[in-house]
Amino acid sequence: MTTTQNLSYATITLTVNGENHSFILGEGSHEVTPSHTLAHTLRERLGLTGTKVSCDDGACGCCTVQMDGKAVNSCLLLTVECEGKEITTIEGLGDPVTGTIDPLQKSFIDHTAFQCGFCTPGIIMSAKSLLTENPAPTRDEVKESLAGNFCRCNSHYHVLDAVMAVARKGGNK
Amino acid sequence: MKEYRYIGKSTPRKDALDIVTGKTKFINDLTVPNMLYGKVLRSPLPHALIKSIDTAEAKRLPGVKAVLTYQDIPDWMAGFPLHVRVLDSKVRYVGDAVALVAAETEDIGEEALRLIKVEYEPLPAVYDVEEARQPDAPQLYEQFPGNLLPQERRMFGPHTLQEVVTGDVDKGLAEADFIIKGTCAYENIPNPLPPEPPGVIASWEGTDALTVWSASQGPHMFKVTLQRRMGATNMQSIGSPVGGSYGSKYMSWQYVLPAAALAKAAGRPVKLYYGKTEHLAAFTVRLGSRIHGQVGMKKDGSVTALSADWLVNTGAFSEITQGMVAVGCGEAQLMIRCPNWNFRPQMVCTNRTASGQVRGFGGQELKCALIPILTMGLEKAGIDPVEFFKKNYVKPGDGYYWRDGKWWVCNGIDYTPAIEKGAETFGWQEKWQGWLKPTSINGAKRRGVGVGVHGNADVGEDISEAFVRLDSNGTATIYSGLAEHGTGQRSSICKMVAEILQLPLDRVFVTPTDSSVNPFEIGPVGSRGTYAIGSAVIAAAEDAKRQLLELMAQKFKVAPEDLETQDGMAYVKGKPEAKIPWIKGMGYDRTIMGHGRFEPDFTLPNFMMIFTEVEVDTETGKVDLIRVVGATDVGQIIDPPSLTNQLNGCLGSAGIDSALFEETVFDTRLGRVMNPNMIDYKWRTFAELPEMEHEILETPFPSHRFHAIGVGEITPSPGPSAVLMAVSNAIGVRMADYPLTPDKILRALGKVANAERRGK
Ligand code: FES
Ligand code: FES
Repeated sequence: MTTTQNLSYATITLTVNGENHSFILGEGSHEVTPSHTLAHTLRERLGLTGTKVSCDDGACGCCTVQMDGKAVNSCLLLTVECEGKEITTIEGLGDPVTGTIDPLQKSFIDHTAFQCGFCTPGIIMSAKSLLTENPAPTRDEVKESLAGNFCRCNSHYHVLDAVMAVARKGGNK
Repeated sequence: MKEYRYIGKSTPRKDALDIVTGKTKFINDLTVPNMLYGKVLRSPLPHALIKSIDTAEAKRLPGVKAVLTYQDIPDWMAGFPLHVRVLDSKVRYVGDAVALVAAETEDIGEEALRLIKVEYEPLPAVYDVEEARQPDAPQLYEQFPGNLLPQERRMFGPHTLQEVVTGDVDKGLAEADFIIKGTCAYENIPNPLPPEPPGVIASWEGTDALTVWSASQGPHMFKVTLQRRMGATNMQSIGSPVGGSYGSKYMSWQYVLPAAALAKAAGRPVKLYYGKTEHLAAFTVRLGSRIHGQVGMKKDGSVTALSADWLVNTGAFSEITQGMVAVGCGEAQLMIRCPNWNFRPQMVCTNRTASGQVRGFGGQELKCALIPILTMGLEKAGIDPVEFFKKNYVKPGDGYYWRDGKWWVCNGIDYTPAIEKGAETFGWQEKWQGWLKPTSINGAKRRGVGVGVHGNADVGEDISEAFVRLDSNGTATIYSGLAEHGTGQRSSICKMVAEILQLPLDRVFVTPTDSSVNPFEIGPVGSRGTYAIGSAVIAAAEDAKRQLLELMAQKFKVAPEDLETQDGMAYVKGKPEAKIPWIKGMGYDRTIMGHGRFEPDFTLPNFMMIFTEVEVDTETGKVDLIRVVGATDVGQIIDPPSLTNQLNGCLGSAGIDSALFEETVFDTRLGRVMNPNMIDYKWRTFAELPEMEHEILETPFPSHRFHAIGVGEITPSPGPSAVLMAVSNAIGVRMADYPLTPDKILRALGKVANAERRGK
C-alpha cells in the first residue's frame, strides 16, 4: 500500500545534453547520495562514460563538462548542488539532429590531437567553453585556458594546433 | 623515395571518432552483469609483521561478498624470481596489500576496509640502497640475504645479460691520460603517471575458466604468464584501450591477481580500479639508479676503461628488474665505445613501493646516472659532448652484448647525419660555449644548453604473430593482440596492410585484443611496434595476398605473378579496365587466412638525441625549459602526426621533467610518499610548454617492407641528463641531483645555507 510518506522523497533534477533527469536522493544503490559527485552521477547513473575521472581531486581536468555553458570539474561538484543546472558532456557536443560532430571534434581528428585519448574529452570540453566565450583566442590564451587539463602523453602541441584551426581568425597566432 | 598511398601520409586514427566523442570504452567504462567492486586494505607501516587480523565485522557488513587475508588467499606467487605473495603475513612498504574486499558498491567496500582490525609488529625499515646492503640492515626477504635480488639468468634465455665485463679494466686505466671518479644518482622516482589508473575486471566460470578485461599494454602476456599461476587452464585476456601506460601497465600482476582471487572467492565478477592515491603511492614506479663510476679517458675524449657499481633500487619487490638491468647494460654499450668494461649491477630491495617497468626500461635510469660521470671527463678534456656522442654512438659493424648475453653486430644505419642535422637546427655551435659556461646572461637570468643521447636495439625484440583474413567482400581483418596505448599503432598496422593489399583504409580492421581470438603477441613494448609487430602483420598480409592471387589467377588463366589487386578488385597488370571483384575468384563461401610471424633480431639499434636550452633565474632558483630539439632517424615515417606526438612525449611520463621538478617525495621517517596526488606531484601544464622541434631523418632500413623502425619508447630518455648539463652550464656549477628544484639551484649558487634536505 502506498502511503503519502513514501511519496515525499526528495529529488534532484538536472538537464543533461538537453534531456531532463530526475534522481531520488537516498542511500539506495540506484539513488543519488549527498556525497555523489556530478562526475559519478553522469557516469554511473546516466552511463555517460565519456566524462573521465583521473585524479578525482580537481587537479587534472579529465572530468571537465559544461555547466550553464561554463567549463567545470565535475569531480568537484556534488550532484545535489546542481539542481536545475544545464549540463553538457562530450556526448552532447555536435548537432543532435544531423548527428554531425562539432567542428572542434573534427579538428581534433584532423590533427591527431591525442594519443591515448583519456584526457581528450576533458580537453575538448574546456576548449569548447573557451571558444564559446572567446571565439578568436590567441595561442597563448588557449594555453592559459587549458592549463588545468593534464595530458601525460604530451599531445599539447597538436591540441593547440587543433584548437587554433577552428578559432575564428583575428586572434593573432 | 617511393610514393606510397598511405605510408608516410597523415591519416586519421581509426579510433579517432570514438575518442573525440567520448565513446571509447576504457576499462572503468565497462561493467559486466553481477559485478562486484574490489578494494584493497593497505599497510600504514613500511615494514611489519601482521600479528593478527580480524575480518569478522567487515564480513558482516551487508553488501560485502568476500574478504581475503594472507590466511585464506590462494598461494599465487609473483615477481622475478617468484617471491611475492598477493597477500603476505609481512608487509614491506607503506601501501602494501594487507586484505582484499569485494562488495556490491565501492562505498560498501571502503566501509568494510575500515572495519578490518589489524595488529602489526613493526620492523625496522630501510630505504637507501647502500644502507640496505649493510650487514645489520633490516632484511626484506629470507631468500634474498643482504637484500640482494639474484641475477635472473632465465629472463631472456640462459645467458641473460646481468653485467658488462669485457677486456681488461686495469690495463685500460693504465692507458688513460686521466681517470675520473664520481657518483651520480637518478633516484627521485618520477612517476610515469598515466591519467587512467590501473584497472581490471576478472570473472571465473567453473574452476578453470577465467576471463580478464584489463587496461594492459600487453594483455596477451597475462595469459602467457599468469594463467598457470592462478590455476586456470582456460584464461581469456581481453584488452581495453589503455588510458596511458608508458610501460607501467604492461603486464603488472599487481592488479590482476587480487581481482582474480576476489572473483574466485565471491563467485562473481570483480572490478578492481585503483584510486589516484593508490596509483601514486602503491603501484609500481621507476627504478632508483645510483652509479659509483671510474672512467679512464684519453685527452681526445676516447674512453679506455669504464668500471662501475650500479646500485639499482627495486623497492619492495622485483616485477622485472633483472630484465631492465639486462637492457640497460646493453644500451650503455650502444652509447660508449670502450674496450674495457667492468660494469656491475646490484639489485637491492628496500621498503618503498616497488619498481616496475617504465618507458626507458633500465636504460634511462642508467644513462641519467652514468652520463653526468662521463661528462666530468669531457669537461676535463674540453671535448664538446655532441662530438663525443657522434664519435661514440654505435655504427654499422660495431658489436655489443645484448640482453640475451649474446654478441650482436649492428646492421643498422649511421646516425651521424641525424646528430648533425639536430645540432644545426638547434644552433648548437653558436650556443655551446664550453663546459660550465652559460650561453647568455641577462641580469639574473642565465641560459645554458645541454645534450643527451639514447638508443635501444629493441625494435626487433621478441616474437609477434599475426593473421590477416580476407573476405570476399573486399575487406581485410588483422588478427593481432596489439593493444592501443596511445601510439596509434593499431591504426598504423592497418595502413601497412592497406598499402600491401591496396585497399581503402576503411576496409581494413583489427580484431579486439582478445587472447581467445588472436595469435601470440608480446605487445607494443620498447619501440617494437613498427618493426617487429609491423613485420608480422606485413608477412601475414603478403601471405594472404599470395593466396588471393593464386585463386584469382585461375579465373584469369594467367600466372599469379601477372596479377595485381586494388580496392578489392583483381586485374592483369597493365589492364585495370578488365578488373573483377575478389568474390569472383574466392566465391562467397571462402575466407583467406594469411599467417605471419616475426623472429627477434637485435642488430638494429634506434636512436634519439635531445638538445635542450634552459634559463635559470639565479635569484629564485627557478629553471625554465626554453627549447627542445629532438633528432632521430626512423627509416620511413608511417604516420607523421603519430610520430611527432610520440616525440613530443619526451617531456612528461617522467622524461625531461624528471630533471626539473618531477619526483616522488618520500619521507624516510615514516616511509611514506608525501605527494600521492596530482596537486602535490608536479606536472607540466599547457601554460609552460617549451618550444619544440624535431629533426626526423628517413634513411631506409632495407629489412623492413617499408624500411621503417620505431623510436617511441626512447623519446624521453636522453632528456634528463641533457637538462642537468644545460643547467650546470647556465650556472657554472656542476649539478648532479635530480630534480633541479629551486632549493638545489640556490644552494649550488651559495645563496642558501647547505641544510640537509629531508626525505629520500
Ligand atoms: S578527475 Fe576531476 S579534475 Fe581530475
Ligand atoms: S592523450 Fe594521453 S593523456 Fe592526453
